[in-house]
Amino acid sequence: MKIPRLRFERRLSSPQWLQVAALVVSLLLAMLTIAVIFYALGVNPLIAFQRIFRGGFGSVYGLKETVTKSIPLMLAGVGLTLAFKGRMYNIGAEGQLFMGAIVASGLALEFSEWPAYILLPVMFLGGFLGGALWAAIPAILKARFRVDEVLTSLMLVYVASDAVKYLVYGPWRGTDTRGFPITDEFSAAAQLPRLIDSRIHYPTLILALLLAVLIYLLVARTKLGYEIRVTGENPDAARYAGMNYQKIALLVMLISGGLAGLAGVGEVAGIHFRMRPPEGISPGYGFTAIIVAWLARLNPLAAILTAFLLGGLLVGGDAIQIALNLPAATVHVFNGVILLFVIAGELFTRYRIRLEF
Amino acid sequence: MPDDQSAIMVAAPQDTVETATIIMRGIIKRFPGVVANDGANLEVRKGEIHALLGENGAGKTTLMNVLYGIYHPDEGEIWVDGQRAAIHSPQDAIRLGIGMIHQQFRLVQTHSVTENVILGLKESFFFPERAARKRILELTEKYGMKVDPDARIWQLSAGEQQRVEILKALYRGAKILILDEPTSMLTPGETKDLLNTLRRMTAEGHTVVFITHKLEEVIEASDRVTVLRQGKVIATLETAATGESKLAQLMVGREVLFHLDKKQVDTGPVVLEIDKLSALNDKGMTAVVDLSLEVHAGEILGIAGVAGNGQRELVEAITGLRDATGGRIAVNGQDITHVPPRARIERGVCCVPGERWTALIPGMSIADNLILKNYLQPPIGRGLFLDRAAIAAYADGLIKDYAIMTPDRRTPIKMLSGGNIQRALLAREIACQPALLIAAHPTSGLDVGATETIWQLLLAERERGTAVLLISEDLEETLSLSDRVAVIFEGQIMGLFPAKDANLEQISLMMAGALRLPVRSTLRQAQGSAYLAGEPA
Amino acid sequence: MLEFILSVLRAAIPAGTPLLYGTLGEVYAERSGVLNLGVEGMMIMGAVSGFAVAQTTGNVWLGILAAALVGGLLALIHAFASVSLRVNQVVSGLALTMLGLGVSSMMGKKFVGQPLAARLQPINIPVLSDLPLLGELLFRFDVLVYLGILLVPILWFVLYKTRLGVTLRSVGENPSAADSLGVNVVRVRYMAVVFGGMLAGVGGAYLSISYAPAWIEGMTAGAGWIVIALTIFAIWDPRRALLGAYLFGGVRVLQFRLQPLGISPNLLNMLPFLLTILVLWVSSGQAAKRRIGAPAALMTAYAREER
Repeated sequence: MKIPRLRFERRLSSPQWLQVAALVVSLLLAMLTIAVIFYALGVNPLIAFQRIFRGGFGSVYGLKETVTKSIPLMLAGVGLTLAFKGRMYNIGAEGQLFMGAIVASGLALEFSEWPAYILLPVMFLGGFLGGALWAAIPAILKARFRVDEVLTSLMLVYVASDAVKYLVYGPWRGTDTRGFPITDEFSAAAQLPRLIDSRIHYPTLILALLLAVLIYLLVARTKLGYEIRVTGENPDAARYAGMNYQKIALLVMLISGGLAGLAGVGEVAGIHFRMRPPEGISPGYGFTAIIVAWLARLNPLAAILTAFLLGGLLVGGDAIQIALNLPAATVHVFNGVILLFVIAGELFTRYRIRLEF
Repeated sequence: MPDDQSAIMVAAPQDTVETATIIMRGIIKRFPGVVANDGANLEVRKGEIHALLGENGAGKTTLMNVLYGIYHPDEGEIWVDGQRAAIHSPQDAIRLGIGMIHQQFRLVQTHSVTENVILGLKESFFFPERAARKRILELTEKYGMKVDPDARIWQLSAGEQQRVEILKALYRGAKILILDEPTSMLTPGETKDLLNTLRRMTAEGHTVVFITHKLEEVIEASDRVTVLRQGKVIATLETAATGESKLAQLMVGREVLFHLDKKQVDTGPVVLEIDKLSALNDKGMTAVVDLSLEVHAGEILGIAGVAGNGQRELVEAITGLRDATGGRIAVNGQDITHVPPRARIERGVCCVPGERWTALIPGMSIADNLILKNYLQPPIGRGLFLDRAAIAAYADGLIKDYAIMTPDRRTPIKMLSGGNIQRALLAREIACQPALLIAAHPTSGLDVGATETIWQLLLAERERGTAVLLISEDLEETLSLSDRVAVIFEGQIMGLFPAKDANLEQISLMMAGALRLPVRSTLRQAQGSAYLAGEPA
Repeated sequence: MLEFILSVLRAAIPAGTPLLYGTLGEVYAERSGVLNLGVEGMMIMGAVSGFAVAQTTGNVWLGILAAALVGGLLALIHAFASVSLRVNQVVSGLALTMLGLGVSSMMGKKFVGQPLAARLQPINIPVLSDLPLLGELLFRFDVLVYLGILLVPILWFVLYKTRLGVTLRSVGENPSAADSLGVNVVRVRYMAVVFGGMLAGVGGAYLSISYAPAWIEGMTAGAGWIVIALTIFAIWDPRRALLGAYLFGGVRVLQFRLQPLGISPNLLNMLPFLLTILVLWVSSGQAAKRRIGAPAALMTAYAREER
């Protein structure tokens, strides 16, 4: 077996245009690959892409839905930019999102008679804490016992998802749901307002935008942000400079988990007004958020844009699911291929690559 | 330089080509931003010990890596035993009977000696343990090398590991052996054993090329020597017909001895006080044992010793990166033995560690690297925030003051040359106005010019009244910079004396652990009776 | 009670078999220095393609072969990305898992709800299968179960007693040492990763062809992730992989056996994942204490010519 050798030459500088070009080319190649996969599976890629684009961006309704779906992606994605910057591979945002949803739903059901201006903030706070604490488990295991956070955070996705199922099939199953595994509808006080004629729960959107800016400032302008960047780039140097690795690791995980938790709050309080089984609450927002963060090059402001793009993709994905009778997991094909091409494309900005036979 | 002409003439007389086993012609090897070999010519005769002399960065290792197939030359030709050779990989080199022992041993730590030796051979599917062991024992017998074939690599000393590397080459039938800085990790005794082995090998018809920057070694061990400077071959000479000073001049291209302007400085009070310190290494074995030292303000205390004798663990114990398992460390009279690293920094402990990249963030800008030690205090840190204008001013100031060559402060530090990286690192540590400055191997890998700058910076710190703890493998550096010198062996101080009283022979014995002097850990008086005069260890 | 324990044990072996295949493959991949987080994707692709081929051709063996090939193909992508392109191994593996989950559900849509026509027949090992109790317990599985068990000593032997094994371990411990002796590091890593992917594919096929036997969307349900944890639990040793896989098989079985006691199936479902975290925690502590750990070069791409 003769494998052609790739030769890498490190680039001395990586101009901005090159970074943008690499991203665009990677995305185009990713689309091409997806087209090939679709074709191989008997789906006409031209029709599929057209439907996706029209579904996500081609109409006012589609755009509204895209914004709606970009809210959880933005929250979780912005959180992940921070975790990845601090070199904590938090792969469990999906589970943290579920925990946020659970806590918020619990509060909404328990204190349904509270006024909205108290109940909603309490739900957001509780959701943040739920997600943060869920992320704290892998963080502590990593910081104290050097247990790989990739696996533990991921295992907790399954546990959180089972917890949601347990609740909606068991103790929280509603009284007037005709046997469906869902909770009763939240009281009006626990329902987020929406923009007219849409499902855009704007308080969550504003919160997401605000947090993106805040996280950006945190990383770029503060002492703590500097510590996070140093720790992520070179933990040895961080230790050498007297930074507290355990503190940083815990903190970035708590914040990223908390933001994912907020995303969960938004879904139950802004979209469904109740708790549903896990696949009803999230079509994998927590996983797609990984791509949001990576596409944004771990820049929280850029994550606003990438969240919008991937939100559109999700809406388009829903459109072809119905139109072409495809399974919900189809969206993972997009996720996987795009992620693969984006990380490969990033390489071209750092190296000149030549093929040698 | 008038000598160059005649020297180059020696490099290529036609009659030697007949006896040459290796000829390299016009080798050019470029890396992004540097030309490592710039038309290098080399010719090695069969059965000789050939030294490749040059400073760090002269291109010696690159040239040998080209010969061994690790790098592909951009231009140039190689002949082995009269045949044009195309060496694309180490495998090709091995097939041609070339073996290379790298400076950093390429051994699998968790594997046995036998497993390491037979790695990569394709004789049979099964692991031929018995046959391999037998051949290894034969080889060790023949060349007088002592190695246990069943030992795991991590259990072996540096000298033994090197023997495994040589075995690997011999096992593959290498006739030409390349050794990269073979003595840098060895004690004087082990060095002697190695040279004996090499002589036995040339007597058997093997050819040896060794890379070095140590003049004495060239004179002592080689038959001929090729000198490289800045990627070019300057001369090839018969060792017998040359001398240290001539070689030094060729190697550096100018007078070697720096004029060190070492001012008289009155030593101040004790800054660093180490009392019976013990520490473990990463494998959990004792690395520093009951070590006591004092460093005063305004003096440079140099620690000499072969690498891996507890230097790194000592430094890390002082900076707080490693727990002390016993003893006490104090700075300016304050006990810091169990204080976290940050508090030590605040008490004025600054450090240039031996592994540069553990103290720098390669992908971050120069400015971000320069503020690593003072980002918390004003003017850099204000409240929760970093003052970006202050960072810019501070970084630009240091870049200018320390003549760091860089396009601007935003350039990632990994883009700079080795000398500039080290200068930036030292600038950062000095700018904190330390009470104690630890400099571990501050000039390793640097060229002469950069070395001189670093030395001057250290001397300036001494004059400012800083206590400087210098750790170096380069004895010349240690002796010329230090006021007092301590020799470390297996985590213990074997002797401590004023640099001007240094006796090279005694130092060698101490470095090998064969001699231990009564240690006066303080300037005032000898401490206790734990150390007996001249007790053999 | 004895009967209960025996029945759990009997069921634990088939339930642990997909994990065993996956873990054995991952042990090899990681021994070469490549972390493959795409196991989940490779298993599910193996499951769907194995089922599809077995169903359409009516030949289970072709199905298993197809599963191995598909698993190997996905692994080849991971090898190309992480060995040749040297991208982040965590992200590359994750991307492949996503891809596998997506493509498998598209591919398998038309097979949902179909029972598999062709079956793997259990082998009654002569004499032994007639033993009282034990015969029922140990000697009446189908061939994939036995093949999995057989692979354990074989892979152990290859890893520790052959040149190939020495080479593989060296590449994972110190690739530059191996490279300097003429070992083709890239080729060894490609081979190990692809082999690992093929075993993962077979593990997935066992689920859809023998264990279920049917195609259910997302039927691996995190088994691929448990495999990664089991590899750590196994301290990268095939022999301990067997222990870990059957242990987790037992947990999976217990989940169903405990349901009649009135415990919610959703809570029981958390068991393997919580146990995985526990196992990771304990084995990390053990590894630190005994100073044995992952292959030294795990997750580091090897580049010869870089300065």
